[in-house]
Amino acid sequence: MSAATEVTESQEHVPTGMHPKKLMMWLFLASDCMFFGTLISTHLIYRKIYPDVGPDPRSIFDIELTTGSSFILLMSSLFMALAVSAIHKGELKSFRRNTVLVMIFGLLFLSGQVYEFYDFAVNKDFKLTTGTFGSSFYLMTGTHGVHVALGILWLGSLFAYSYTKHFKAETHAMDVEVAGLYWHFVDIVWIVIFTAVYLLEYVSF
Amino acid sequence: MSTATSTAPLGAEKADENRSLIGLRRPDHTTGLADWLTTVDHKKIAIMYAIFSLAFLVIGGIEALIIRAQLAVAENQLITAEVYNQLFTMHGTTMVFLAVMPLSAAFFNYLVPLQIGARDVAFPRLNSFSLWTFVAGAIILNISWLFQAANLLGWFNPIDGRSDIVPAVGWFGYAPYTDTAYSGIGTDFWILGLQVLGIGSLAAAFNFIVTIFNMRAPGMLMMRLPVFTWMTLITSFLIIFAFPPLTVALGELMFDRYFGTSFFRVEGGGQPILWQHLFWIFGHPEVYILILPAMGIISEILPVFSRKPLFGYSLIIFSGAVIGFLGFAVWSHHMFTTGLGTVGTAAFSLLTMAIAVPTGVKIFNWIGTLWGGKIRFDVPMIYGLGFIWMFMMGGFSGIMHSSAPADSQQHDTYFVVAHFHYVLIGGSILALLAGLYFWFPKVTGRMWQGKLGHWSAIVIVIGLNWTFFPMHYLGMAGMPRRTHTYLEGTGWQALNFAVTIGAFILAVGILMFLIDMLRTYRKGVPAGNDPWNARTLEWSIPSPPPVHNFDRTPVVKARDAFWLHKFGTVDQKIGSVDPGAHGVHMPSKSWMPLLTSSGFLVFGIAMAMKSAGVPLMGYLAITGLSITLIGIYLWALEGPGGYHLHPEGEHRPH
Repeated sequence: MSAATEVTESQEHVPTGMHPKKLMMWLFLASDCMFFGTLISTHLIYRKIYPDVGPDPRSIFDIELTTGSSFILLMSSLFMALAVSAIHKGELKSFRRNTVLVMIFGLLFLSGQVYEFYDFAVNKDFKLTTGTFGSSFYLMTGTHGVHVALGILWLGSLFAYSYTKHFKAETHAMDVEVAGLYWHFVDIVWIVIFTAVYLLEYVSF
Repeated sequence: MSTATSTAPLGAEKADENRSLIGLRRPDHTTGLADWLTTVDHKKIAIMYAIFSLAFLVIGGIEALIIRAQLAVAENQLITAEVYNQLFTMHGTTMVFLAVMPLSAAFFNYLVPLQIGARDVAFPRLNSFSLWTFVAGAIILNISWLFQAANLLGWFNPIDGRSDIVPAVGWFGYAPYTDTAYSGIGTDFWILGLQVLGIGSLAAAFNFIVTIFNMRAPGMLMMRLPVFTWMTLITSFLIIFAFPPLTVALGELMFDRYFGTSFFRVEGGGQPILWQHLFWIFGHPEVYILILPAMGIISEILPVFSRKPLFGYSLIIFSGAVIGFLGFAVWSHHMFTTGLGTVGTAAFSLLTMAIAVPTGVKIFNWIGTLWGGKIRFDVPMIYGLGFIWMFMMGGFSGIMHSSAPADSQQHDTYFVVAHFHYVLIGGSILALLAGLYFWFPKVTGRMWQGKLGHWSAIVIVIGLNWTFFPMHYLGMAGMPRRTHTYLEGTGWQALNFAVTIGAFILAVGILMFLIDMLRTYRKGVPAGNDPWNARTLEWSIPSPPPVHNFDRTPVVKARDAFWLHKFGTVDQKIGSVDPGAHGVHMPSKSWMPLLTSSGFLVFGIAMAMKSAGVPLMGYLAITGLSITLIGIYLWALEGPGGYHLHPEGEHRPH
């Protein structure tokens, strides 16, 4: 978190012109693409070869709820962008306000997911052990949920850290920006999951 | 050697400002064991990687020797079939993940910062984390032997059906063997061990890509990078794209075993073949992860011992990149016999043949480097020439495998075993040993005496051929892999006996190598800065290099910078950047990477014990992850720290 004295910055000369932490995050996200790509592929492959096995997704999904929570997650990205912009301008208050909003929206999304899981498992008898559909659905969306939860924890830590005397807007802007990259990426992954896993089930080919 | 005087570490001079938020003092002045545990110096981390990986090379080798002893004669009952399965599984897993990969990582660590003219890697503490995470994963895998011993002594009893304690599912862990119905907690050790090793590899790969992109000295353009550094870059990209599918596959398998999902379980509708696809999407790039660093090492050694520049520098780099790229498009050639359908089989067959092209380009470039050169037959060169020849032999049988009809005959026979041992021992291991000899004088400052090194190279190459060449015939005669024993009258006895003798010759060669290394370390003569009259930046500084590497950041004017510095024109000499009054900024040591990694160790062993039915282990696993989380927070809060060194005097390359 304390980028101020990050040793790499003592090198005046950075050939790529990109901060090492930022480059690192881009590489991590590239790697994470393969990670989610594998999870989503597993799900789509099993849906493709067993279209009629297991419960009908349309009878389980609560598409209005998921649409709503997807919208909330997308809007959290707006506040994330505002928070990054604020810290770059040195506006600490605005940074804190927007970070709190990101966390609230993230938590709203997560509670939507928790409710969804509960509803599926208890009311609709669709569980982790319900064949390949249950396995791949819960592992994929659950992994995404863990990513969101870690993002909230990360932003919460930055938020708390911003109240200590060690935090300086100009030196920690890069940390916020890197957390923002992560947050936007997790949102984008959700757009893919929402499209490929939820919406596709409502399309007749 | 320069006497580097350190300014007082942060605590003494400006205590308040530079104490971390948690008020802990950095272990900058530790010595002995604590120094090694907390170090962030890429050179010390590299040495630890090398020592651990050589230890595992010996362990994996002993496992192989027991396998060969079992197969020496027909219907042998030296070991049980169960132990045999454990041995070939642990042999493969150990050699791939605990010997060749970390030995390559040792070279990445030692050489990349030196070759690009940097003080250290981009994230020194993350580098330490990668090392200790590798160690944690290695312990999780191998501690299964101790649990098996405890089981034999009656101290440890897993619940029914989980009593297969050492991994016994092959290094590829094919479903459905890995299901709880067919394998015990060995599979859990295997899953958790690989998962943890993957985390370490990924962290290291991110670190090296950022280092190579961002830490290059002024003038060190991408097309001036030494080829080894280029291959490190390509390998790191392969790691970051190849490991996530393995992580997911292992995660899915773990859920199948622990939480009753059906990713690979037929009774729940799962398809075991999905495991094969996911594993080989990782597994095929993995073989290039094992060979590309070796190719980089060879590309450094051949020019030096031929007194010629590398022939076709850019072609070698581009063909390395093409190999890396195509490596993701050929995974199903491991699955020709699974019934992919004609289109899939034909496509993967063609792509596999295509990958021989860039590999051939490299071979011809190396031969072009030798052509007309003034060749010096010192130990690294003998290993290096052995690499070209032996690797080509493995490549030829590889091309045979690319033809799906031929491969259907060879599949799961000793022909395949012969193929991949030629490319892994004849390729990776020979090149890594060549590299160890080549850079040993730089790392230790000592040079070997006598001819033991020469003889070790010759004995290893003889042992390699003696062991693996007959396996081609055994495979063509139909001897299957992974079988505990074979009957009299199959016609395989004589060759198997010969193979076993060869394996022990190979072991003698490795032993000679280890003895020579130890002897040189203890009694070697001073090597000097540049014993080989070499070409790259690491030879321009003292042997062993000082902790801060370069007194002044070099300014590079050309490819083969140090060679042109010695023999080129005045304007090709290496320049330097004045470090200014603040000196060289050094990263502080830290306990946090070790703490963070140790959480993985607790987590891995606890999860395996949970599978064995030991009570409360779920809580211990959560404790392990909590240790990791606490480690991450303390890591962030302590900050990178750092202090300044003021090297007295100057060490410009002469």
